[in-house]
Amino acid sequence: MNKKSLVSIADYSKEDILRLIGIAEKFEKNPNRRLLEGKVCATLFFEPSTRTRLSFETAVNRLGGRIIGFSDASTTSSSKGETLKDTIMMVSNYADLIIMRHYLEGAACYASEVTNVPIINAGDGANQHPSQTMLDIYSIFKTQGRLENLEITMVGDLKYGRTVHSLITGMSHFNPVFHFVAPEELKIPDLYKNFCDKKGIKYYEYTDFSDEVINRSDIIYMTRVQRERFTDLMEYEKVKNVYILRNNMLSGSKDNLRILHPLPRVNEIAYDVDCNPKAYYIEQARNGVFARQAIICDVLGIEVK
Amino acid sequence: MEKKKELQVAALENGTAIDHIPADQLFKVVSLLEIEHLKTRVTIGYNLDSKKMGKKGIIKISDKFFEQDEINRISLIAPTVNLNIIRDYEVVEKKQVSLPDEMCGIVKCNNPKCITNNEPMQTRFQVIDKENVTLKCHYCEVKIKKEDIELK
Repeated sequence: MNKKSLVSIADYSKEDILRLIGIAEKFEKNPNRRLLEGKVCATLFFEPSTRTRLSFETAVNRLGGRIIGFSDASTTSSSKGETLKDTIMMVSNYADLIIMRHYLEGAACYASEVTNVPIINAGDGANQHPSQTMLDIYSIFKTQGRLENLEITMVGDLKYGRTVHSLITGMSHFNPVFHFVAPEELKIPDLYKNFCDKKGIKYYEYTDFSDEVINRSDIIYMTRVQRERFTDLMEYEKVKNVYILRNNMLSGSKDNLRILHPLPRVNEIAYDVDCNPKAYYIEQARNGVFARQAIICDVLGIEVK
Repeated sequence: MEKKKELQVAALENGTAIDHIPADQLFKVVSLLEIEHLKTRVTIGYNLDSKKMGKKGIIKISDKFFEQDEINRISLIAPTVNLNIIRDYEVVEKKQVSLPDEMCGIVKCNNPKCITNNEPMQTRFQVIDKENVTLKCHYCEVKIKKEDIELK
């Protein structure tokens, strides 16, 4: 991997995360800075992802950079059978930075090995999506005023949810207590429990989304329970309404509690929660632009004053 | 009088004798060490009697001396082999194989959505647990346990 690229949240140390939060704060105060003047950024989306692409492109635009790229690989030469390596090397001739989303796992890591142009991974299959994690961590920092010693509850699909896994990795530097709320079939994998054990991080597992766990939480991180994840549809029918957050469940919660969700949501957060000041998921997406501006400047080695 | 023991494979003047290869892995060992591309004399013994193993395989290669990382390629499938380095009909050195920290181009990633299964490229694995033999794909980060390891 070339040194500058961002492939996985595990590439970042605690100091890196704190530094990036500092940069993101500067962009939040003043998002329009022409730091990418004269630079061309490629957004290569081999798999469509409107939200992530718009967020990155907004970040580049606010930094005064220009954008080339595609949002659907079916219109590109990869549909003619061109290898990823060739596409990346070709684009490297044109662009100063490559932001890529790919449906195959490990694609961004491989891309970073075949070019000297920095790569930002905007999602590789079910594997990594580090800019999402940075914006999640930035949102936690903004709403809590700190990252250390927080009680973080994760709800829903903890087995396949890559945002959950990356957030565990990213927050592991800050002595959190995790509460994992999931149906039996979508429990947090042993791998992540072992990771927490090794790092001395406390965690608790539940199948009930109870008031008790809600009332302890500083952050509730909701995720979608997808029907297609279940081998036993009876099981899905049983649990599909158990992990829905409704406004009346928040009556005894802490004042500083904020509810996060990587979006898109389907029904796991009831609409009556939207008016609650503890709902933070829409602003969370707004933070994505600042977090991505910070990441872009960081990989390009641009100092932000 | 003690019965004269028949030598199962002819002696080697100079080269390497790889002994105690599990019989069912013999031909994989041949292919991993790329023995079919050698130009020197090679004797391969298959299903030979072994007190320790029942049936074993043996490979004797003239005028070939392996580097340690070359020979470590077979550590996944034949961890118990002995290598005898022979010069002038004498065993001058014995070597064992050990799992390397990283394996390139040997193991197949068993995640069908891994980039390595979709691009003309080498696989690369970190050996994250040498005792229980667990590999982690450098690209897609999938972890593979010993019993699920598939060679390329």
